[in-house]
Amino acid sequence: MFQTVLPYLLSGISVGGQYALIAIGYTMVYGILRLINFAHGDVFMVAGILMVYISAAGVPLYVSIPLVLVATAVIGFTIERVAYKPLREAPRMSIMISAIGVSYTLQNLVLYFTGGLNQQYPTIPFISDTVTIFGATTKRVTVLTPVLTIVLVAVLVLLINHTKIGMAMRAVSKDFETSQLMGIKINAVISTTFVIGSVLAGVGSMLYFTNYTTVIQTSGAMPGLKAFVAAVFGGIGSIPGAVVGAFIIGICESLIKGLDIILIKAGITKSMLGLTTFSDAFTFALLIIILVVKPTGLFGEKTTDKV
Amino acid sequence: MNNASAAPRRRLTPGALATAAIVAAIYVAVFVSEQFIPPTSMLFTVLKKGATYALVAVSMNLLNGFTGLFSLGQAGFMLIGAYTYAVLTIPVAQRAVVYQYYDGGAIQFALPVLPAILLAGLAAAFFAFLIGLPVLRLKSDYLAIATLGFAEIMRSIFQWDKLGTITNGSNMLRLFPTFNDFNIRNADGEVVVYLSTFIPFLIAGVCIAAIVMLIHSTYGRAFIAIRDDEVAAEAMGINLARHKQLAFCISSFFAGVGGAMLAMYMNSVQAKSFTSAMTYEILLIVVIGGIGSVTGSCISSFLFVACSEWWLRFLDQKQVIGGWEVPLLRNGFRLVVFSIIIMIVVLFFRRGIMGDRELWDLFNEPRHRKAKEGGR
Repeated sequence: MFQTVLPYLLSGISVGGQYALIAIGYTMVYGILRLINFAHGDVFMVAGILMVYISAAGVPLYVSIPLVLVATAVIGFTIERVAYKPLREAPRMSIMISAIGVSYTLQNLVLYFTGGLNQQYPTIPFISDTVTIFGATTKRVTVLTPVLTIVLVAVLVLLINHTKIGMAMRAVSKDFETSQLMGIKINAVISTTFVIGSVLAGVGSMLYFTNYTTVIQTSGAMPGLKAFVAAVFGGIGSIPGAVVGAFIIGICESLIKGLDIILIKAGITKSMLGLTTFSDAFTFALLIIILVVKPTGLFGEKTTDKV
Repeated sequence: MNNASAAPRRRLTPGALATAAIVAAIYVAVFVSEQFIPPTSMLFTVLKKGATYALVAVSMNLLNGFTGLFSLGQAGFMLIGAYTYAVLTIPVAQRAVVYQYYDGGAIQFALPVLPAILLAGLAAAFFAFLIGLPVLRLKSDYLAIATLGFAEIMRSIFQWDKLGTITNGSNMLRLFPTFNDFNIRNADGEVVVYLSTFIPFLIAGVCIAAIVMLIHSTYGRAFIAIRDDEVAAEAMGINLARHKQLAFCISSFFAGVGGAMLAMYMNSVQAKSFTSAMTYEILLIVVIGGIGSVTGSCISSFLFVACSEWWLRFLDQKQVIGGWEVPLLRNGFRLVVFSIIIMIVVLFFRRGIMGDRELWDLFNEPRHRKAKEGGR
């Protein structure tokens, strides 16, 4: 039994870690701008594509990895400046539509450059080696992801709680206008948020695509949506919440993918039920349930609307 | 918007007359051109798909623009409509071919086209009712993401192998009546009267007219009140939950009908093509046309479809002007140009083509202006 479940559990933890790295970008942006950044999943995908192209140019890994992260940060920064900043005073719906527009644009740009073909993700030597844990064979990235995720999150939480820019971020997310009156440079804070979110998405994309090995213009959409669900699940605006939510969603999703085989091995069912189809649907069912039962999520703060 | 409802009720304003004349002229033009221009022309592809998208865009506008509910479930409801239509209308004789992996499927009857379209809408409305019960309590972006999630769930359910005897699993449904079957043929099978573009126009037109009438009814005014200020609307005695549910179901009904039309347009249905990208596309159409304008949604649907299917096609091929090869042009460039146009509209022309005005407002303009000046 344990031997059947273990591979799914491991890949679930790994995918969960990758979702967590994306979810942080969503949750931080939402915390400050109250915006679902629909383009974030596509930034994640673009980071993957950049890695493909930079590696194809023959750049060694120790240069290409930082280069990709910097480029992703620049993309995140640019998107905010071009598509969201002019709409700061506009209704929230306009910014969300702009985000959808950016997502559409990024996908079409990538479609244009790649010709709509699957791109083979370069192998990053150390993390794509095969290892065996408790008898289950897997790539080293599976083990490395949760560790790396937790380290990065710890650093981020330290940054937010103990630095000046972190304090500014907390202030802005509490009250946009008051913090502006207190002399906080709103635009700098928002840009920093986008840069941090994009870099983490870049790291996430390296881990994710090492596992899945191909990138196409639509490959950011689903992980992006799921990461957002994770952020909502954990309570949007809360970083630990996003991480916990992402791990829960990753593990559940992966277990459902293997549920048919697990059930047969456990002797509960006799034939395949085709439940794999529901691995994506489950995430969204979970979202609807959590939104209805506890709209603030697991760790979310309660907000009241004033008339 | 307020002017229209506050103005004294007159039976026939110049705007209404002019609108009726323009719409009638469009229908005559469509009918006539269909008889004389060869049916393979791109024009008809654009018109058919445009009519379909116009209906779906208007139905989305009813929710997003008039009721202020930011829903992103349109593709899900279209999926339900398309499948209901396709499943119910495949001729019994063809079922064994379509459902080849499921022994001819579970349903062994076929309905005529019109009842099937109605049922497609009703099925979508029914699902909207069910999902609306929990979801409509949510506000703005949470509602958006919940409805988006719902659409994804639908997509998975319709692809589930165990429902294969009805939905054909992840295989496509085909061989059901399409737009081309509306053409009237003589005994030899030759087409006598072409109606394959006119009928979709008619269906979409009737539905859009119904939506316009709804918007101008008491219910419609309640929807607009909810959009403008929920709390104030509630204080005026509007039952929020009931009206939101109503708007959601009606919008989904027409999205379902639109889905059925899309099925007819595409000649085949497959669940995997109803992605969230489709919803985004429709949302962008609504935005380009102007949020809160039915006319705008219709115009921008045709523009959007014409640009993406026809007018901007040349960007996807190599072009040589006077021996100079234009750089950058290759497969996919059309979409890049297209998305940049959309971003420009979203960022700099936020009111879209029509803002919140309608076709008839354009002709009634002097009266409005007078009313405004009088008020000053």
